[in-house]
Amino acid sequence: MANDERIKKTNFLQKTLMRPEFGSICGVILVLIFFLLIARDNGMFNPDGIRNWSVVSAQFAIIAVGACLLMIAGEFDLSVGSMIGFSGMVLAIGSIHYGLPVWFSILIAYVLSIALGAFNGFLVIKTRLPSFIVTLAFLYILRGLTIFMSVTTTDKTILSGMKPLADADWLAPIFGGESLTGLFRWMGDNGWIEVFSRGTNEGLPVVSGIPNLILWAIGLVIFGHWLLTKTRFGNWIYASGGDANAARYAGVPVTKVKILMFMFTAFCACTFAMIQVTEFGSAGADRGLLKEFEAIICVVIGGALLTGGYGSVIGAGLGAIMFGVVQQGLFFSGAESSLFRVFLGGLLLIAVITNTYIRRLIVGTDD
Amino acid sequence: MLDPIIQLKNIKKNFGSVIALDGVSFDVTPGECHCLLGDNGAGKSTFIKIMSGVYRPTSGEMLFQGEDVKFTKPYDALTNGIATVYQDLGMIPLMSVTRNFFMGNEPTKGGLLKIFDHELANKITIDEMSKFQINLRSPDQAVGTLSGGERQTVAIARAVYFGAKVLILDEPTSALGVKQTANVLDTVDKMRKKGIAVVFITHNVRHAYSVGDRFTVLDRGKTLATANHKDVSPDDLQNMMAGGKVLPSLNE
Repeated sequence: MANDERIKKTNFLQKTLMRPEFGSICGVILVLIFFLLIARDNGMFNPDGIRNWSVVSAQFAIIAVGACLLMIAGEFDLSVGSMIGFSGMVLAIGSIHYGLPVWFSILIAYVLSIALGAFNGFLVIKTRLPSFIVTLAFLYILRGLTIFMSVTTTDKTILSGMKPLADADWLAPIFGGESLTGLFRWMGDNGWIEVFSRGTNEGLPVVSGIPNLILWAIGLVIFGHWLLTKTRFGNWIYASGGDANAARYAGVPVTKVKILMFMFTAFCACTFAMIQVTEFGSAGADRGLLKEFEAIICVVIGGALLTGGYGSVIGAGLGAIMFGVVQQGLFFSGAESSLFRVFLGGLLLIAVITNTYIRRLIVGTDD
Repeated sequence: MLDPIIQLKNIKKNFGSVIALDGVSFDVTPGECHCLLGDNGAGKSTFIKIMSGVYRPTSGEMLFQGEDVKFTKPYDALTNGIATVYQDLGMIPLMSVTRNFFMGNEPTKGGLLKIFDHELANKITIDEMSKFQINLRSPDQAVGTLSGGERQTVAIARAVYFGAKVLILDEPTSALGVKQTANVLDTVDKMRKKGIAVVFITHNVRHAYSVGDRFTVLDRGKTLATANHKDVSPDDLQNMMAGGKVLPSLNE
């Protein structure tokens, strides 16, 4: 092999550095160490403490997976938050106001939000406008429609009373329920995990099981990672975001790929809403505010480039963990909650600067 | 002489009121390198974009292997074996060499799931690239880490691997250094000897003259001349490119 002596040898360290997940792995470790040091005594790493920030992280992860694949495919969706409010309201109005079976309302919510996602994508492709502006319009349109829809049908903007309906349904528990409750009770009986010492739940474990939303998050991250790195379609996602024209010339169905990713993002937003509504028992027309930005932050912290073509679903999942740990960690450590935003903004800035640097390292140019 | 594999007759193309091409005819036979020369704005790019299916001509005929064809998108041309290597696009810098090489043609396993067979793809990429004397550190190496000449070579290797019969090279040497240019010209020569029809677009007469069998000079959307290698000198070509006459003197 002819070695070109002018090509710098890339060592193991540099190779690791170039992996999109690298930064977020370090970030998660650093953040965990930080809070282990300052918030350990406050119960952040007890079973219920872990459960607390895991749930928050999982919520971020669910929407981050969709946003991540869409960003790698070269587009944004700023209507994710409004989509969460919309699909949650569809579920609640359907099952509470119209008395439809919960499973059927869930189905309607999915169909409507995926169709809206497809329409979003269709508009972006057909108008060739930046997805930023098209989905920004949808952020407002969808939010307004959601409030309008809930006020005109029910005279309210918050609908509660979902809990008993969801508990009685066969489909709803896969969103709001818990798994492995038997295992946790068994662990509690054996004294391995904390149990309630008094009250009606005496003897039952403080953490009764793994919330299904955590399983959703893990499942979606694994699916997204598999789709992106192992399948032919994954190569099309990279190519569509890397250079849509080059991809088109090579025969990649760019339009189809992008529209499908908009639909997948809508699917993730709808899943988030289904979980929220069935778990907390209520839906609100203002739910999901700022979620689109939180999803994008997770993705960027996870090492994806805003310009598309590069990123990692695992990274986005780690970004979500970092986000959740920081948010709940500051709460546990009793810090002023407004500091959370400062922290988050700082984290985002560091992530973007690092990502840009890494891209230069890969492409080897100064642009 | 062989029949032309692709033949374009009296191609015209207007963009609104601008006439980009005003009746250009061109053909290329298997194993021939036909150079398309012309100064900036002569219509070279528009012409090859018609040949590769990016634009549709306003009027004119296009024959592929003797049959009338109409390409509505670049992929139509590609499936017919007409591959274009663009100077600026075609390779995605952030993607690995393998992912670029197989973009749109990924080998799969696992039936319906369409799993990208990375192992097979990596092996083929390494093999094909070594045929062009490019030794990759790893097939996972991003294309962005390759030099300009190597990127051109990856693009050519990709086109050839996927069965290109006509290879259109858009200014492949314009951004390259001396040594890389020599490599690319050498590759063009090899392709021609393999029986591939090469359309070589350039405004560098010396590069064209070193590999070309035939030369067509375009000027302001029209064919100025077509000549065989033995019938012209580089100086003739240079003068034709300058507008069909000897470069005007300054006191004119």
